[in-house]
Order: sequence, then structure tokens, then C-alpha cells
Amino acid sequence: MAAALAIRGLRGGRIPPPPHPTGPLRGAASGALQRLGEWFYEVEVVLGWAERLRRRRLRRKNAHYSFIQSLHGHNVAAACFAMSCGGRVRFEGQQRWLCADSRGRWSPEVLQFHHVPVVAVDLSGSQLTYDGLDNFVLLTKLQHLDLSGCPHVDDWALGRLHVFGDSLQELSVARCPRVTERGLATLHQLPKLRCLDVGGLAVQSPGLLRILLEEMLPQCRVLGMEMEEGDPPEAPPELGQPPPLCDSAVIGGRVVPKWH
Amino acid sequence: MLRAVRGGRAVWAPRGGSGSGSGGAKLGRPLRTAAPQRSDIFRELGPRLSRLGQALRGQLPESEGAWNSLRPHQNSPPPPERADVVVVGGGVLGWSVAYWLKTLENRRHGMRVVVVERDPTYSQASTVLSVGGIRQQFSLPENIRLSLQSATFLRTINEHLWVPNEPPIDIQFQPSGYLFLASEHGAATLEAGVKVQREEGAKVALLSPSQLKAKFPWINTENVAVASYGLENEGWFDPWSLLNAFRRKAMSLGVYSCVGEVTSFVADTADNTPGMPRGVGRVKYVNVRLPDSPEQQPVSCAIVVAAAGAWTGKLLDSATAGLQGSLTLRRLPIEPRKRYVYVWHCPGGPGLETPFLIDTSGAYFRREGIAGNYLGSMSPPEGREPDAGNLEVDHDFFQEEVWPRLAHRVPAFRSLKQVKSAWAGYYDYNAFDQNGVLGPHPQLPNVFVLGGFSGHGLQQSPAAGRVAAELLLHGSCAAVDVGRLAPGRLWGSEPLLEAAIV
Repeated sequence: MAAALAIRGLRGGRIPPPPHPTGPLRGAASGALQRLGEWFYEVEVVLGWAERLRRRRLRRKNAHYSFIQSLHGHNVAAACFAMSCGGRVRFEGQQRWLCADSRGRWSPEVLQFHHVPVVAVDLSGSQLTYDGLDNFVLLTKLQHLDLSGCPHVDDWALGRLHVFGDSLQELSVARCPRVTERGLATLHQLPKLRCLDVGGLAVQSPGLLRILLEEMLPQCRVLGMEMEEGDPPEAPPELGQPPPLCDSAVIGGRVVPKWH
Repeated sequence: MLRAVRGGRAVWAPRGGSGSGSGGAKLGRPLRTAAPQRSDIFRELGPRLSRLGQALRGQLPESEGAWNSLRPHQNSPPPPERADVVVVGGGVLGWSVAYWLKTLENRRHGMRVVVVERDPTYSQASTVLSVGGIRQQFSLPENIRLSLQSATFLRTINEHLWVPNEPPIDIQFQPSGYLFLASEHGAATLEAGVKVQREEGAKVALLSPSQLKAKFPWINTENVAVASYGLENEGWFDPWSLLNAFRRKAMSLGVYSCVGEVTSFVADTADNTPGMPRGVGRVKYVNVRLPDSPEQQPVSCAIVVAAAGAWTGKLLDSATAGLQGSLTLRRLPIEPRKRYVYVWHCPGGPGLETPFLIDTSGAYFRREGIAGNYLGSMSPPEGREPDAGNLEVDHDFFQEEVWPRLAHRVPAFRSLKQVKSAWAGYYDYNAFDQNGVLGPHPQLPNVFVLGGFSGHGLQQSPAAGRVAAELLLHGSCAAVDVGRLAPGRLWGSEPLLEAAIV
């Protein structure tokens, strides 16, 4: 048992394997198809078609809601997009999150928030891509954005978050398999950021990266990138409650001696 | 005999005894409880066979064995005798054209494209020795559009260049942006450039010195009047990954790759072909010299794409030398210029937010990785061009020219002791106006010239290759109007000057 755990730790560890462009392999059938594709051109062509179909579906899911935007404004369009992605939104002055029901339908009450800005968007686990961010770039008062667990959010998409530089305070990119330290470096464009969740990312040296992130964003609390496995996980920050500022010098002093 | 039977019994006795003696309670136990004493032939057969197979496969010359890694060109096939398009030069531009020609052809395998590369190790190629930046901050709309399209291509690279059964392509794009600093007398040019860039759809911000200081506290803003900072689609990436991705995909689409050097063109001219007007020619064959041999293979072709990078001018000179009697070709002003790149380590230097910074003096640097390494250089001033014959690095150039400028701009670099490593590469320098040349040669209409990008060829290669392929296949290009980049301007009087050349 211990050996099995050790092997698992050795293999998986904190760095998950790089994502496949076709998404996670689905079961044995997909694996068998992959093997057959190495031998037969026909299977390879079919795999190529399936891949193209998957991309087209993804593109359609991330389409720009320009019709709703022209009718009801960009706030409602962003809310509709987020809800149809399976996410949820919160408008200014509301305590309630709006989301779609189990069958993917959302109530038309969202249309009454024509002139109310969206302040929080939770898209965790959705199929959001770079193109899907088209629906959000006009939001000027967005304070909370949760992109955790989005399999298609990559460094290019993070480079686009600079449009929220004047407002965004809390951001989570935890467990996004395509986000690396290269994309995180662009977050210096968000000077108002107070809390950043980067847990479970596929980066080479989380300890060093955490120090660099804290130097880059001195006002911001960086969560989820502890250097040691044994560190107790910090409690996730409650929304609307200002997280305490953290002192980068203390953390720098704590981590650096272990490297020498 | 008896002993043998006894021996057999002795071996088998415990198993039979335990089965019959203790009854049903021990029936669930496996037949063998101890580890096998002797080696099991059948168990070891599988691994042994696979090891034998590996050894055999390693001996085959086609495999990635000892042959391939040492002499990569030995196994490359000779070029085919007939081709439709011969691309001279297997750099990123050449492979990009080949890829787009095969993608845009209207019938699968309707066209035979051959890429001829002189040096398969790419030891002197500009592609792999470049710094790998991509930016939209140009002053000419053509360059901005080419660069924007290339950025879109690089973002969706797996949709274009992914080959089934291969791992996804990761070009390691670092979206950190370019930061151009301008002094008082360069401010007007910079602002005019930003205006054009915004009209073309690039996301560029203008920063005043105080805003600059707030954003990047490590910059000394002395004599900086204004700065422009690219917000999206700018940064740097790994050139080798892009080149390999293009090459792999193009070859999977059926492009012939061969190693050799194009030595001469055989052309129809007015002397040997009746009806041909004077002063123009039409290439019928290219002669390809195979590596390590005097043998030449003629390849008949309809179109030649001259994408030999810094050696495009030399290629056309030497290849048409045999035609001099009947057709006097004007010289193409594309030549190699040596540029150095230095890597240094500075522990207290600029942090994670470091952009690709271009100083008012022309010196530039960028971050390399997250461990405090930086990479930068500058173009030598006019008249002090180093000898382009070899790729030796002049370390004094860093100490005397580059470092003082960078240390003035970034005071943290003052403590710099020495350079960690350095290399030199070639710009495919267009001596006429430092801009890309893209179009058919006026005197040889079936020779398509693609080069002279003077340092921004790598970043524009996806779009430039597409434009070239569309021009070759359809005669026009809808996405980007590149009429002004045609080679005809090189012998005119109006240079198409680009203000933002680094």
C-alpha cells in the first residue's frame, strides 16, 4: 500500500501531466482508438474529424452574445453567457447569486438588471475559452472572478484580464491545467487585486513563483501555492470580507533558507 | 529412476499434502505460496523479446538511432525530379509557406511542394537564433496586420498545426507585452505609431513617465517623454517549437523535405526561347547539390519560393550567375547582418512583470524564465557593423555599448558583473528600407521572394506564409493588402520605411 502511494506520489505529485488538446481521454475506447490511429490512416482521419467537431462545439459554446447585448446591454449579456456556461453571477447591490437550473434554463428576471453592473462572476469548471471572454470585457465593475477548474483557460486568456484592471479584487485560477507561470506574470495589470488563488497549477517551482507573485502584487494575498506538502490548507476567503494583507518579507524569509 | 520419481514426489509433495491433509479450510490458498525458485522461461519471454526488438530497431538506419542524431542529412532522400513548388530555405518562413500551400490547395495531394534546406542542424539559421518576440507596435499598417494575424494563429496553433497522435504544441508564449520608450524627439513618431496601431485593432496603451514609474518601479524615467505598452498579443515564444510544429505538420500533409543547396537556376530567356521578351526569364529547373557530394540533381518546377532568409540576396546572385550573358539581374539588397544576444543573471533585477523593454537608445532586454535571468542586446550603430562572415560574439560590445545603456535605464543592472552566455545570429537585413519583401521577382516572374524582414520575420511568419501561399494560388490576398511589400520598390526611389525597427 505504501509502495503504491509512493508510486502515485512520484507520478502525479503536484504537477499534473500536460493536457491533451482533445481533452481528457474518455475511457478505454478512446485509448484503443488512439492506438489504432497510430497504425491506420482511416482511424487517424476519424480522430481528426472528432477533434474538429469538438472544437466547433467549444467555439459555439463560447460565442459572443451580441444579439442579447444589443437588446439588453452588456451586463445582461455577460450574465446570460455565464449562466448558460453553468456558472453564476451577482449584480451590484444583490446578495443572491443568479444561476441556471438543472436543465440549463435561467429565469427571465435577469432582464430587469439592465443598468445594474455585474460585480461577481463564478465560472468554475466551465468550458470558457479565450473567445468566451469577449462577453466580459465590457464589465467595468467586476470585482470577483472565479475561473477555477476551467480546462480551456490558458495563458492567452489570462493576458486578457487586464481589462478588469480598475476593479478586479479577487481572482481564482486554481486547478486550471493550462495556466502556467507565464500567464500569471501578466496579472501585474490588476493593481487592485487583493486575493489570488493559484492552487493546483502545473508550475515547476511553486515556492519561488509564490515569492515572485507576492513581490509583483504586494497588496495581494496569494493562496494555494505552498511549497511543502504538509502545510495546512488555508481557508478559502469569504466573499465580501477583506482578506488580511500578507507580508512578503516574512514568507521570503521562511522559504529561502530551505533552498540553500 | 526411483530416485527421479522420489525427487519428483519430494517437489510436489507439500502441495498435494496441504491440499488433501488440511481439507477445505486451505483450498482457497493459491497453488504456489513461495516465490519461484528457478527462472520462469515464460515469464521472462515477454521482456526478453521486447528487448531484442528494441535492439533490432536501434540497428535499423531509418530509426532514431545513432545514425540520425549525428548525421541528420544522411538519411534524407534526394529531391524528386519534378515538383510544382520548390521552397528554397527551410527556415520558419519556408516551412510556413509550404504548410499553407498544402492547406490551401483545392485537391488533396494536388501539388508537389519540396523544401530544400542547406543545413538540417539549423546551426546558423536566423529562426532558431532569434530572441522570439512578437509585437504589434509597428508604424506600417501592413506589418501590424501581419503581426495581429500571426498572433491569432499562434493562439490557436493546435487547431492548425496539431498532428494526430502527437502531443499538443506548446510554443511557451509569454504574454508580457512590449514597452517602447521614447525620448522627447521620438515622442511624436511613437504617438503617430500608436494611433495607427489602435486603428488596426491592436491594444496599445500610452504611458506618461509617472504612470510608467507607477507600473514598473524599477525603471529610471530620465529623459523618457512617453512610453507605449502593448497590452495583448505581445510577448515572446520559443522559435524552435514553432519551426518544428510547422515542419512536422507540413510533412504530415505531404511536403517533401530534402537536404541540399540550390546552386543554380536554369531559365528560359530571350536568347534560348523564341518569343520571350528581353530582360525577363522564367526558371525551368533548379539544380540542387546534395550534401557532401559534387552531385547535382535538377528539379523541374513551376514556381520557386526564395525564402533563404539572410542569404536570399546571395542565393539569387549565385543561382542566376550562369544566366548573366542573356539576362542581367538587378541585385536584391537582402544581406546578413550579425546581431549579438547576451544572457545575464541579476538577482535583484526586475521581477515577474518585466516586459520586453526597448529603450530610447535602441538597447532592449527581456526576462528569461523566472530565476532572475535576462536576455538583451542592441543593434550596432550604422557604420560599426561587425563582419558577418562568422558567428563569433564580441563581448566588448556588451561592456561598452549595451550595458551602460541598460544600467542607466534599469539601475538594478548596475551591479552586473559578467555575462552568463551569449550568441550571435543573423538578421535578414533589407538594406534598402528594413522591411519585408513579399512578391514575385520582377525579372523572374516565377520566383517568389520572401525575406528581408530585418528581425521580424519569425513573428510574422505564420501570416506572411499564408499571404504568400494565397498570392501564389489565387493571385490575390483578401486578408492583408501587401501590394506595397512587393519587390518592385527595391529598385525605385521610395523606400517603405518602418519606424519601429529594433
